[in-house]
Amino acid sequence: MAIQDRLSGNEAVSIAMKQINPDVMPAFPITPSTEIPQYVSQFIANGEMDTVFIPVESEHSAMSACIGSQSAGGRTVTATSSCGLALMFEMLYVAASNRLPITMAVVNRALSGPININNDHSDSMGARDSGWLQIYAENAQEAYDNFFQCMRIGEHPAVQLPVMCCQDGFITSHAVERMELIETEKVKAFMGEYKPEHYLLNPDETLAVGPYDIPQYYMEHKKAQAVAMENAREAIMEVAKEFEAMTGRKYGMIEEYRMEDAELAMIIIGSSAGTAKEACDELRAAGVKAGVIKVRVFRPFPAEEIVAALKGVKAVAIMDKTESFSANGGPMGAEVKAAMFGKLNDVLVTNYIYGIGGRDVKVDDLKSVYDKLAEMVKTGKAPEHYQYLALRD
Amino acid sequence: MTDQNKMKNITIDNKWQDLTPGGMIFASGNSVEFRTGDWRTITPKMVWDKCKQCLLCAPMCPDSSIPVKDGKRLEFDYDHCKGCGICAKVCPFDAIVFGGEEE
Repeated sequence: MAIQDRLSGNEAVSIAMKQINPDVMPAFPITPSTEIPQYVSQFIANGEMDTVFIPVESEHSAMSACIGSQSAGGRTVTATSSCGLALMFEMLYVAASNRLPITMAVVNRALSGPININNDHSDSMGARDSGWLQIYAENAQEAYDNFFQCMRIGEHPAVQLPVMCCQDGFITSHAVERMELIETEKVKAFMGEYKPEHYLLNPDETLAVGPYDIPQYYMEHKKAQAVAMENAREAIMEVAKEFEAMTGRKYGMIEEYRMEDAELAMIIIGSSAGTAKEACDELRAAGVKAGVIKVRVFRPFPAEEIVAALKGVKAVAIMDKTESFSANGGPMGAEVKAAMFGKLNDVLVTNYIYGIGGRDVKVDDLKSVYDKLAEMVKTGKAPEHYQYLALRD
Repeated sequence: MTDQNKMKNITIDNKWQDLTPGGMIFASGNSVEFRTGDWRTITPKMVWDKCKQCLLCAPMCPDSSIPVKDGKRLEFDYDHCKGCGICAKVCPFDAIVFGGEEE
């Protein structure tokens, strides 16, 4: 029997880590992810797990220690947020290019400045091209479920890449929800033992990792890394299927909500997808054919899945919880539009920046987006520029 | 990737599929296989008639590109000499020509 509990997102991910009992966790505290290393340290002190916890002096060191530990052959986890992730930036690329399946809990928070501790996606979106997989949770249950899957996907022999398991700071990380935990024996069977093919502590193999790469080889190595990211698509679905067999909970690259006959669609990531579903329900009750596409996996990007889900849609709003300063919209706006190009030329598109720096995202705010979409369909025109939602102007 | 010594066989003719994940190297002491000599723009040349085998040049070479055997220096290791010119500078007998008309 699954275990019923009420937990915050941080508690849920910490319990996932306890159940996995990885070899090493180097971490440095930063709001709002601080509780994760805190809870794990407590579990270790209580003798509930025997992970080696490395208290490091910065996030750059945390990721460096992760790279060392994972190269040595250890299953390694860490957690961070915002400026902590930014400080890891250099090492993120090393972890990915060295093909080390580190699993990192990212608790999304705005990047400074102006300094702000609340939720948006500017931290992980800034690291979207670092070569890490990125999987986003809508709530604590998904943050918990995703953590196991993230590790399995990263460790998949055809992938061998690090994975960010993202959840929204405070909204998901600190709010307490009713949820289901998996029995530890089942978790252990699902996770299996980590047996890398090559690792530094193997006495039977001479190995050097992370060598200098001259121009004659760099492109070939990057291509191999890009193909590993492509392979991740299949691994994600394979692991999701296994996870569903264990728990009954179904996961994919995206989640389609009331999209079957939708004419107005919203593409959104993370906790706000829950708010979007509520807005959608209210509009459906009023006869509006609204739907939501929740993007669960941002890297690799689910281009084909989104295009398929948008079939029959007349207008779509792409929601970005970050400003990319491209002066052309947000990162999700750019990715979705690129995916649609040449395939869905008749769909009217708009791109919103919403909820940044912890700005509350209300059901009425998202309903106003659907109102805008309806207006676009009526006039046959999409706004030329991207827009800010619920901005005082 | 199962052949542990594969790195030794890798050349610039290999396709991306043949390379090890993340460029892992399954051998030790292989920096000698990295021919840094092609970075060289000026080449030091020996004038053997003038060389007294004083051996001042060999320890001054930052790239260990002057091999010494049985107390005598041998020809430059041009696979690794980067052409810094230090050997020519320290030679008291002008036995090493660095640069000049032929360059």
